[in-house]
Amino acid sequence: MTEPSLDRREVLGTLFPDPGEYLMVAGLAGSARDAAALTDESDRLFAFGGAMGGAVPMGLGMALAAPDRKVAVVTGDGELLMNAGALASVASTMPDNLSIVCIDNGRHGETGGQVGHTARRTDLAKLAEGAGMPSTMTVADAAGLGAAAAFLKDAPGPRFVCVRVAPGPPADYKRSWDPAECRLRFRRAWREASAVRRG
Amino acid sequence: MAGPEPQDWSRRVFDLLVEAGVSLFAYVPDAGNRALVDLADAHNETRAVLLSSEQEGIALAAGADLVGARAVVCMQSSGVGNCPNMLSLVRGGRFPMLLIVTMRGDYGEMNPWQYPMGQAVGPVLEAMGVVTYRVEDAGDLEPAARAAIDAAWRGGQGVALVLSQKFLGAKPF
Repeated sequence: MTEPSLDRREVLGTLFPDPGEYLMVAGLAGSARDAAALTDESDRLFAFGGAMGGAVPMGLGMALAAPDRKVAVVTGDGELLMNAGALASVASTMPDNLSIVCIDNGRHGETGGQVGHTARRTDLAKLAEGAGMPSTMTVADAAGLGAAAAFLKDAPGPRFVCVRVAPGPPADYKRSWDPAECRLRFRRAWREASAVRRG
Repeated sequence: MAGPEPQDWSRRVFDLLVEAGVSLFAYVPDAGNRALVDLADAHNETRAVLLSSEQEGIALAAGADLVGARAVVCMQSSGVGNCPNMLSLVRGGRFPMLLIVTMRGDYGEMNPWQYPMGQAVGPVLEAMGVVTYRVEDAGDLEPAARAAIDAAWRGGQGVALVLSQKFLGAKPF
């Protein structure tokens, strides 16, 4: 496996040219900062700051409860592996409105950059495929990112994209650390958008 | 030791949950929640969602809450041990949460493996700030289920409806 060279800070902008199309969940640490930077911490983003392993199942709950909306989970390799069984729960329920993007730097960035399983032998797209997810891919360069953006639009859901990136800092963005505030903000925006949709 | 017919109490709890607007029943299978999950699976306005680990259910229910929907998480007592860190979401985020816990390692248990976690259910839930209502006999069921529903979706609490082995009947081996 060649060493990935992608800068993680350039990933989400290519994958989500119009992030407002999505309800978004971000796993803790770097993923939360990258997703908050992408959306300027939109009120359609719920970003974890703890409860490691919760991002995929939260996205699943959202996708099942709002089947007419597109839901994206952005998370890291360590966060995903904390609760890898959630991929099977996603595959069992098959929400076609759910996409999972894993920013895989092979490191536990938040705690000092310690090496993770994916820097050794673990392949997350194969794990997702083995869990039963119908559409999975891995990308590791700029051309791949473009393909992944098309994949997120067109591949049958639920989709899983593993983006292998170089170890390096996430976006320099100060996101909210108050989950209660984030919940209320998200729910308020959801209620307002629902009222508009109902006319 | 025989408890009430599982179909009977499950139907009463299911009806109350549907009336309260619950649409998702996330679960890890347990003999104790089988009939309740079957009802959720069969009903056309509810969905049973099989989990790999109980802690997923906490995050799943929080995700449903963000889009104005209601989910419950059904688990055996041993599954409570898989939940504490994920319950940070409930306490920190003030997410309403309703866990339906069917006990093992409790009154009349014959499997020694079930005792450590079974006996720790109360302290673990308490440590994470989850309000607990225990059902010890048939008369407790409906008031406790109503209280749990209200604590979650009116009171905004994390709450567990704990169905004791005295109520459910110990599993015979």
